[in-house]
Amino acid sequence: MKIAVCVKQIPDPADPGELDPETHALKRDMKLILDESDSYGVEMALQLAEAAGGGDVVLVSMAPHNETNGLRTALAMGAAEAILVSDDALAGTDALGTAKVLAKAIERVEADLVMTGTESSDGYTGTVPEQVAELLGLPSVTFAKSVEIADGVVKAQRQTEAGYDDIECPLPALVSVTAGVVEPRYPSFKGIMAAKGKPVAELSVADLGIDAGSVGWAGAGQAIVDVATAPEREAGEVVEDDGTGYERIVAYLEQLKVL
Amino acid sequence: METIWVHAEAADGKVASITLEMLAKARALADTVECFVAGDGEAVAATLGEHGASAVHATGELAGGLVGPALAGALADALAAGAAPSAILLGTTKDGRDVAGRLSVRLDAPVITNVVDLTVDGDSLVGTEPIFGGTVNVNTRFDTDKPGIFLVRPKSFVAEPTDGGVAAVHPLAVPDLGATGAARVVNVHVEETEGPKLDEAGVVVSGGRGLGDADKFQMVDQLAKALGGAAGATRAIVDAGWVPYSLQVGQTGKVVKPDVYIAAGISGATQHMVGMKGSKHIIAINKDAEAPIFGVADLGIVGDVHKVLPQLLEALAAR
Repeated sequence: MKIAVCVKQIPDPADPGELDPETHALKRDMKLILDESDSYGVEMALQLAEAAGGGDVVLVSMAPHNETNGLRTALAMGAAEAILVSDDALAGTDALGTAKVLAKAIERVEADLVMTGTESSDGYTGTVPEQVAELLGLPSVTFAKSVEIADGVVKAQRQTEAGYDDIECPLPALVSVTAGVVEPRYPSFKGIMAAKGKPVAELSVADLGIDAGSVGWAGAGQAIVDVATAPEREAGEVVEDDGTGYERIVAYLEQLKVL
Repeated sequence: METIWVHAEAADGKVASITLEMLAKARALADTVECFVAGDGEAVAATLGEHGASAVHATGELAGGLVGPALAGALADALAAGAAPSAILLGTTKDGRDVAGRLSVRLDAPVITNVVDLTVDGDSLVGTEPIFGGTVNVNTRFDTDKPGIFLVRPKSFVAEPTDGGVAAVHPLAVPDLGATGAARVVNVHVEETEGPKLDEAGVVVSGGRGLGDADKFQMVDQLAKALGGAAGATRAIVDAGWVPYSLQVGQTGKVVKPDVYIAAGISGATQHMVGMKGSKHIIAINKDAEAPIFGVADLGIVGDVHKVLPQLLEALAAR
């Protein structure tokens, strides 16, 4: 069983950074970390490989400045190796361009299963998994909250607006998992030490045979018209509960004619 | 703007609210509005027509196939055969995202996501997307000659019927999908709760980590019932397995805009706030005075939910 896991390295959500005033793109010149929503895909992949009696989990990531900090976290969790695509030509790349790059990199892995999160915590377009699946000609199960594999078939529970569907899908396939599908492990000290020696293949756009004009700003096919600060919702009254806080709520509900 | 196509979604013959919301906006922007649906067109033609769609392109039942690859393939073929909408709107739902992703690859055209407003600028449609938890709005337009694909967030527009007649039903053929169509739905589970639906209720009471453990969520349930509303939850307690995902309010859950939203034991993570910040009135109860939820609350009670909620329930029961 060979599993490719797409992981994104993002600015620390505790310090989300800012937009570049010239290009309106999110600045990514700080140290990047593993997107928490991708840690579920990494963990799920590791568990599926273990359940299948072994196999390799290969990370695939696209990031500026040959960033490997987040990849090392996932390698420390137990992934075997990583492919990192990093290229100045990728600045400004949108979701479709990102999917094209990831799909080309995943082709090198010859994976039985491609695993992703549902959406990144910084861009949250939520379209990349399906774009990758379509580019690779794969069936997919998106928004999976439970995943098992038996006899070459993925059995997953896919969230729907009303509940969930049981889905069966033959391999090879792409599965995107929700946060909560499994509990991601913390890297052990041994894992962290081992991760330092694991291979990370660094590739450029040219290495993947991608035309630089189809990615980056030029390939995005969309233009940002302007950026404006949204009107803020004003905070109201905040009171310390002295045992009568509930009376304030009752009075407010009465005022709103809910009671 | 000439024509806008809108993704119609329906369950048990009932058209989804997000579809009707998009129709109301599309009608204001374009001369002609048409729908496309994975499923039976006849079952939804009257409602879609009443909300301004002149036609509905329907694939018929998919017999276990997933909506994403089927509808994307069918749409790409229809466009190649000459259909020429200026823009294609889909709701930010599970299926909407799947269709948009696959269609974007088939058309080699980008998707503008998380759209909360749409405006016409000359011949093109401009989408507004909030970032950084809704503190900044970005306006984006397409600069290709292909139809723009927009993923619209629920509750961005207000659904409103018009005096349209029944929409004309046209068949929408699903091509051979090869391997991409191999996934099958083998069972459908509906996790509906009693009372009003979460995204339609006038009052929503949500609980978060501050409740302490799963058993305490019943206080949230009771308060929702007492106020004739629906219960909601944060992603944290859904992920922890306390309540089903169908209760989740937030970026990856439901967007709600009730008259009154009561947040109990919720700190106010960005992912949650984008799903409830549009509520008319917000009441928050949290023991941490620094919690971000107080920044959007009309009435904030800094206190222990384990004390305030039982007192509140008792006071309501005594009325």
